[in-house]
Amino acid sequence: MAKVVIDPVTRIEGHLRVEVEVENGKVVDAWASSTMFRGLEMIVENRPWMDAWHYTHRVCGVCPTPHGHNSAMALESAAGIVPPPNGRLMRNLLECAQLLHDHVLWFYILNGLDYVNVVSALSAKASSPQLKAVQDRLKAFVDSGQLGFLENGYWDHPAYALDPELNLQLAAHYLESIKVQAVASEASALFGGKFPYQMSTPPGGFSSVPHEDQINQFEAKVREVKSWIDGTLVPDLMAIAPFYLDQAGIGQGHGNYFTWGVIDEDLEGGDPYKRLFPRGGVFGAFDGNLSVQQVDQKADVREWVTSSWNTQYEGGLHPWEGITGPDFTGIEGIPEIDRNGRYAWEKSAHMKGAPVEVGPLAQMLVAYLGGPADHPAKKLIDDTLAAIGQAGNPAVLLSNLGRIAARVLKVKIIGDKTLDYVAQLRENMAAGDMNFYTPVPDKPTGQGFSGWDAPRGALAHWATLEDGRVKHYQIITPSGWNFAPRAGDGRVRGPVEQALVGTPVADPERPLEVLRTLHSFDP
Amino acid sequence: MKDILAAHGLTRRDFLKVCGGLAAVMGLGQAAVPGIARALERAAKRPPVIWLDFQECLGCTESVSKSRYPDFVNVVLDMISLEYSEALMAGAGHQAEAKLKQSMADNKGAYVLVVEGSVATKIPSAMTIAGRTSVDIAREALTDAALVIAVGNCASFGNVQAAYPNPSGAMGMLAFMEQEGIDTGKLIQLPTCPVNPIHLTSSVTYFLTYGKVPETDQYRRPKIFFGRKVHDECQRRAHFDEGRFVEAFGSEEENQRYCLYKMGCRGPHTYSDCATVLWNNRSNWCVGTGQCIGCSEKDFWDELSDFYAPMPGVAIPGFGGIRVGADTVGIGLAAVTGGAIVAHLAVSAAKGRLGHNDDGSVTEEKEA
Repeated sequence: MAKVVIDPVTRIEGHLRVEVEVENGKVVDAWASSTMFRGLEMIVENRPWMDAWHYTHRVCGVCPTPHGHNSAMALESAAGIVPPPNGRLMRNLLECAQLLHDHVLWFYILNGLDYVNVVSALSAKASSPQLKAVQDRLKAFVDSGQLGFLENGYWDHPAYALDPELNLQLAAHYLESIKVQAVASEASALFGGKFPYQMSTPPGGFSSVPHEDQINQFEAKVREVKSWIDGTLVPDLMAIAPFYLDQAGIGQGHGNYFTWGVIDEDLEGGDPYKRLFPRGGVFGAFDGNLSVQQVDQKADVREWVTSSWNTQYEGGLHPWEGITGPDFTGIEGIPEIDRNGRYAWEKSAHMKGAPVEVGPLAQMLVAYLGGPADHPAKKLIDDTLAAIGQAGNPAVLLSNLGRIAARVLKVKIIGDKTLDYVAQLRENMAAGDMNFYTPVPDKPTGQGFSGWDAPRGALAHWATLEDGRVKHYQIITPSGWNFAPRAGDGRVRGPVEQALVGTPVADPERPLEVLRTLHSFDP
Repeated sequence: MKDILAAHGLTRRDFLKVCGGLAAVMGLGQAAVPGIARALERAAKRPPVIWLDFQECLGCTESVSKSRYPDFVNVVLDMISLEYSEALMAGAGHQAEAKLKQSMADNKGAYVLVVEGSVATKIPSAMTIAGRTSVDIAREALTDAALVIAVGNCASFGNVQAAYPNPSGAMGMLAFMEQEGIDTGKLIQLPTCPVNPIHLTSSVTYFLTYGKVPETDQYRRPKIFFGRKVHDECQRRAHFDEGRFVEAFGSEEENQRYCLYKMGCRGPHTYSDCATVLWNNRSNWCVGTGQCIGCSEKDFWDELSDFYAPMPGVAIPGFGGIRVGADTVGIGLAAVTGGAIVAHLAVSAAKGRLGHNDDGSVTEEKEA
C-alpha cells in the first residue's frame, strides 16, 4: 500500500488536504481534511438582523451570490416577509449571471488542466491562423523559461488522452474563457454593484430599481456569454468526452444525491419544488432507487461532528440547534491526518441519515428523473448520451464524467433561461409593476430557513432572530455535504471520500486521477 | 531584451524611440526616456509574483481574474511571472510546494508577494497548507519579498473573520509584520472586499516603473486610491447637497438615484476611489445599486455596523459644517436651512433607527 498525500489540493476554493491509500493501482481508502477555519457563524451572532447577510455573504468568493441571497431569504423567513415578484426576478438574474461565470470558469480554469495538456499543444499542427497565434504565444511563454503557474504540472502523465490538436484548441479556449467569465461577472455587477459580493439583495427583495440602460447591457453581456457557451463550451465537452469515457467508471460514490432547488419560476410564492431546477433527492441510485423524493429540512438534515475539530456533542443536530466552536485536537500545522480520530474543520452534514452528494449532477438528475415532461434537462441529457454512444444508459453519468457533463449542460440551460427572465422583467415594468422591495419589520423575532443551491451544490442558511438581533446562525455549504469527513456511529465516509475509492492511480508520485475525481466536485 | 527587440525587427535606436513616445504619452518629457528604457529592460524577465492564499474566500483571486484593462491573460502571460497561486496552478501537493520553495530561493529578496487572506494567530492550525501554519509560511515569505501587496480586507485587516469575537485570531499583514518585526515600508494594502483589480495592477505597474511603493496613509493604503472619501466623489452627491434622500429601497426616490445616506450608506466614512474607478470593467459600483458598507476601512464590521441605519457624525450641507449625529439631531437645528433633512433624521431617531448604533465614534477628518 502506498500513502499518497495531496496538500494543497490546488485549483479549488478554500484549503484542502487529501490522503489516499493506493493498492494495486487503485485508491482503496481516502480522507479529506478542510484545513481552514474562520468561524463566521459565531461572528454573526448578536449582529443587527438586517446586517447578517453581509457577514455570511463572505463564506465564499467564488459563489458569493447564493450565499448573500440565501442569507437574505433565511432572514426574510425568520421575519415573516416575502420579496415581491420583481425582487425574485432580479435575484434570478443575479443568480443566473453568477452561474454563467462560475461553470465556465470551473470547466476551463479549475478542472481543465486535468484533461488538457498545454505542453502537448505546442507540438500541434495549428489548423487556423488564430490557433497558430495562440500556439506562438504559448511557445514564447514556454521559451522564456519562466513557466510560472504551469511548472510542475503532470504533463507527461499517461492519463492525458487528447491529441495535440485538441489540446491546442482547448488551450485556446482556456485563455478565451477568462474573458467570457469576466463578461458574465460584469452582468452580475450591473445589478449587484460589483462581483464578487453584490450589494443589492438585502432582506426584502432588490434594493434598487433597474434602469433600461442596465437591462440592455445585462442582456447584451448574457447573450455574449450564452453564444460562447453554445458555440464553444458545449462543443468542447462533446469533443473531449469520447477520449475520457473511462471517467464514466470512476468517482461513483454513495449514490445519494439531493438539491434544494435553484432559480425561481414561481415568482409569487417561491415554491422550491417548482424551481427551474426543482428541489428533491435520489437516494440509493446504485441499488436501483431512481425515484425522486421530497426533502424536509427539519426532519431530514443533521450535522455530525464525529471527525470534526468542533465542540463535541452526541449524535447529529439540526442546524437550528447546531453548535459551532473550534476545538482543534490534531498536530499543529496538520502535517498528517489522524485517521481514527478527528481530522477536519468541516462538519459532516447528513440527509435522511446518510452522507449525500450535491452539485449540478444532483440538480440535473432530479430534473431529469422528476422534473416536468418538457424540462430541458431531459432532451439535453438524452442527446448527450446518444452522442457519446451511451443512449438509454444514464447510469454512466453517476460518475466523474457525469459531474462534468452535468455542469456544462446545466449552464447551457441557464444561458437560455436568463434571457426569458430578462424579457419577463421588461414585461412587468412595462405593465407598471415597479415593486422591487417589501418593507421589513424593525425588530423581528423568529426562526428562518432558506435552501437554494450554490453553483457547487446544495446550500442552506438557518437563522434565529430575537428582537431584531441574530440569536443563532448556521450554514451548510456544498462542501459541508460533499467534503464531510467520516461521521455517524459507523464513521461512514463522506461523499468525496467514498467517490475517491476505486480511482486508479498510475503513479503515486503524480496522482492526476485523484485530482480529477476531486475537481469533478468543484470543491 | 535585445532578443525580444530583434524578434520584432527593432534596433536599439527604434527601442529608444518607443520609449520617447511612451514618455510623451505619460507627459514626462524626454528626460524620463532612460528611466523608462531601464524599467522596460528590467521587465524583459517578467517579474516573479508569488500569490499566497490564507484565510480567505478566493474572492480577490476571482476579482483580479476579471481584470479587463489590462486583460488578465495579458497580465499572467506577458507582464508578470505568476510563480505560485493555489487557485490557478497546474501542479498540486508536493509539486506545488516544490515550485514555491524553488521560486522563493531563486528570487530571494526580489519577488513580489501578493497575500490574499489573513493569518490565524490564536489557533495556528485554523489555517494550514502542506502541513505548515499560515503564521510560519507568511513569516518566511514576507521576510524575503521585495514588495508585499495585501489584497482585500482579509490580508489587510483580517476582515470579517477578525470581527468580534475573532475566533481564530485572524490578523492582517500590517499588524502581523509589525508583530514579527518585518519592515512594513515594503507593504501596500488594498483593502476593499474584494480587492479592485485596478488597484492591484496599478500598484504593480507603479512599483515596476518607479522602483518604489506609492505614498501611503497610516494603514499602508496608497493615497492615489484611498486618499479621498467615497462620499466626495459619489454620483449621488448632488442629491445629498440638495437634501434629496432615498427613504425606502426599491422606491421612486431610489429610481431617481437620490442619496443613500439615510439608508445607512457609509460613503461619508470610507476612503476609496470606488466612485471613479467603479467595478467589473466599470459596469457599476456598490452605491449604484445598494450602498457602501465601508469595506476599505479597518474593522468596518465592528465599527461601521449597523449598516442600514445612518451614522452620526456627518456634516449636512447648509449647517456651516456642523456635524449631525444621533445626539445632536433635533436640538435647535430645525430652524437652519435644510431643516427638512433634520426633520427626517429626527423622525428616524424617534423610530429608533438611529438609537442602536454599537459605536458612533468614527470621526470625520474633513468635510467640504
